[in-house]
Amino acid sequence: MSEFTSNFWPWFIGIASILSLIACFAFLVAVTRGRRPDEAETTGHVWDEDLRELNNPLPGWWRWLFHGTIAFAGVYLVLFPGLGFWNGTKSWSQEDQYRAEVASADATYGPIYARYESMDVLTLAQDPEARKIGKRLFLNYCTACHGSDAGGAPGYPNLRDEEWKWGGTPEAIETTITGGRAGNMAAWEPAVGKEGVAELVQYVLNFTGRATRPELVAAGQQKFEMLCFSCHRISGKGNPAVGAPDLTNDIWQYGGSEQAITRTIAGGRQGMMPPHGEFLGPAKVRLLTAYVYGLSKGS
Amino acid sequence: MTTGSKTGNSFFSVHQKVHPRIVHGRFSRLRIAALFLTLGLLYGLPWLQWDGRPAFLHDLPARKFYFFGLVFWPQDLIYLTAVLVVAALALFLFTALAGRVWCGYACPQTVFTQMLVWIERWVEGDRASQIRLRKNGFSLPRNIKLAIKWVLWLVFALFTAFSTLGSFTPIRELGGRILAGALGPWETFFLVFIVVAILLFAGKMREQVCIYMCPYARFQSAMFDRNTLIVSYDPARGEPRGARGKESAREGLKPLGDCVDCTLCVQACPTGIDIRNGLQYQCIACTACIDACDEVMDKVGSPRGLVRYTTLNAMENLKTKILRPRVVAYGLLMVGIAAAVAVSLAQRVPVAFDVLRDRNAPYREARDGRIENVYRLKVLNMEEQPRTYLLRASGLPGITVDYEAGDLDVAAGQVRDVPVRLRVAAEDLHAQSNEIELELVAAEDAKISVRESARFLGPRPEPAEDHDDSDPADRSDRSGGKRGGG
Repeated sequence: MSEFTSNFWPWFIGIASILSLIACFAFLVAVTRGRRPDEAETTGHVWDEDLRELNNPLPGWWRWLFHGTIAFAGVYLVLFPGLGFWNGTKSWSQEDQYRAEVASADATYGPIYARYESMDVLTLAQDPEARKIGKRLFLNYCTACHGSDAGGAPGYPNLRDEEWKWGGTPEAIETTITGGRAGNMAAWEPAVGKEGVAELVQYVLNFTGRATRPELVAAGQQKFEMLCFSCHRISGKGNPAVGAPDLTNDIWQYGGSEQAITRTIAGGRQGMMPPHGEFLGPAKVRLLTAYVYGLSKGS
Repeated sequence: MTTGSKTGNSFFSVHQKVHPRIVHGRFSRLRIAALFLTLGLLYGLPWLQWDGRPAFLHDLPARKFYFFGLVFWPQDLIYLTAVLVVAALALFLFTALAGRVWCGYACPQTVFTQMLVWIERWVEGDRASQIRLRKNGFSLPRNIKLAIKWVLWLVFALFTAFSTLGSFTPIRELGGRILAGALGPWETFFLVFIVVAILLFAGKMREQVCIYMCPYARFQSAMFDRNTLIVSYDPARGEPRGARGKESAREGLKPLGDCVDCTLCVQACPTGIDIRNGLQYQCIACTACIDACDEVMDKVGSPRGLVRYTTLNAMENLKTKILRPRVVAYGLLMVGIAAAVAVSLAQRVPVAFDVLRDRNAPYREARDGRIENVYRLKVLNMEEQPRTYLLRASGLPGITVDYEAGDLDVAAGQVRDVPVRLRVAAEDLHAQSNEIELELVAAEDAKISVRESARFLGPRPEPAEDHDDSDPADRSDRSGGKRGGG
């Protein structure tokens, strides 16, 4: 009854239901009781000269159907929580039903997954049946962000390429899926100002030989080696331990244009991969890991 | 409506049990042939095999309907609709032409009732013995006979229910599972349901189903007209009726008609009416009265046909017209729709797919700079053999298709989710949203192919300065701002 702040409504509902049932029964008895007249009543309607509409009482079997519905309601309200103040003798609840259905699904599909739980990722990635299941799981749980083909989207990493922000070993991928990841790139404009951001952008572009204002690269390098190296390292190759991406290749999660990189450095980026371990369970995580691991090896 | 016959304190007339007399003759032979045909189909179809599977099976859990070489999917529902429409039109056509032939010969209620009546007669004896048996109240021989009858009825109903279930679940395994008590909950329910329905409707209620419950019996009068075949007594020939040998008592009166008033037509009627009262809505045109009367006419030496198939027009010596507008209309519609179904079935392509655009992003840039859209295809292989398909895209210049190898190998009768990437160079996109077409073709058979349209999304195109092919008006409109600036 915790949904209600007072006990008024549960009792109101319960008493109204019981009174309605009693009233239905009383009404049914009142209209079907008593001696019947010898001649059938007519409604007074006459058609085609002699076609009269009679007011015959309900057939008995029909009347008993009404009584049956009242009896059904009574039994139902005793067994199930229909009256506000009464939980029913079966103490049925939606949560229990949900749990029972989950348990029965686990009993059905559990053995299928259990087989894979003990196998290692490298073996699973070679197993066509396991890859099929992994793909189906991926299409169910992962496509909303990473896309049906695991190719990612602006802001969501591509899982088919060779760059892994958090590491591409089977163990790292499994850790990512199980526990999720929170990537955090600070916003640097407040610290280095617009001009400083522009210098950094030129230095980052220079990794791939794309600097548009080479005169700023040297200043950018100085700032990079002071501020950015702790995550992206001096080389700019990044650090999977903190999810810092490699800046020296042509893979850009948030866009590789000068404009996009400026926005990234100025405003920072917050990436969020939610944890799936508890939700999917170890066997499904293992199958997904194998599928995702196999994707990059395949291409 | 009348006040009805009253019994005790009830306003409702008490049902008088009808014990139809069993008759023999031309029409009963026809009816027996119809019974063998309909029951034969019901009992026999589920046993036929086709390519190692039942030839006739509604596989409800798999959402598939097998009909000999054809496999229907839920997507083919239109065929079911069309077949039902054709069936309805056939019912209209035959009713307009020949009256209640369906009721008299082919309706399951008629067929099952006929079977149960035969069993009843075999156990309890003929009509007179049955009536005597009912009258005599409880006695040991009566109870034994009733018990035997119910056991036989039950056997018939069980076998019929088993055969009906057999077109929903492979019948060869069904028998073993029934004996092992391993039926699923729905199978058990329908087995019991059908048995109870047969015993209740065909065993106990019989003509009451036709008279009070059947909707078709009520609306078919809309299809009747004066040229429709009906079963009718010929009063001009039969009246005044009377038993032979009493002519002396009728000195001076009109000579007797052909009707000897033997009431055999009434005794034979399964709905308990007297056909001599004219056309009645209870009559299901079973023709039992025709056979009964013909037999008597043969015996008394009068010509057959005092009760016969005729029409209201013919009874009044008017010409019966067969080709009326309604007959032509029903017939043309029926043939037309049936032909459309046949043509459509012949051209049916046993593959289909749906295109679902990925929703995580409208588009993305591939590493080579081209614009990439991702789709998920749901590919349905409706054939009973595995297929490898090829996917082609058209509608944009240089559009390329990319999917994982082996993804378009679809097993027999399976649906497969296939992620697909399409790529187009950014400079080839002239709009943010472009209509494209995808075509799926079976690798070994180019005739098996379907097309679906989809949309390809891209960034807002650069102002069209270097596109000579664009419309001048459109061009000045779109690039006006930039021109002015330059």
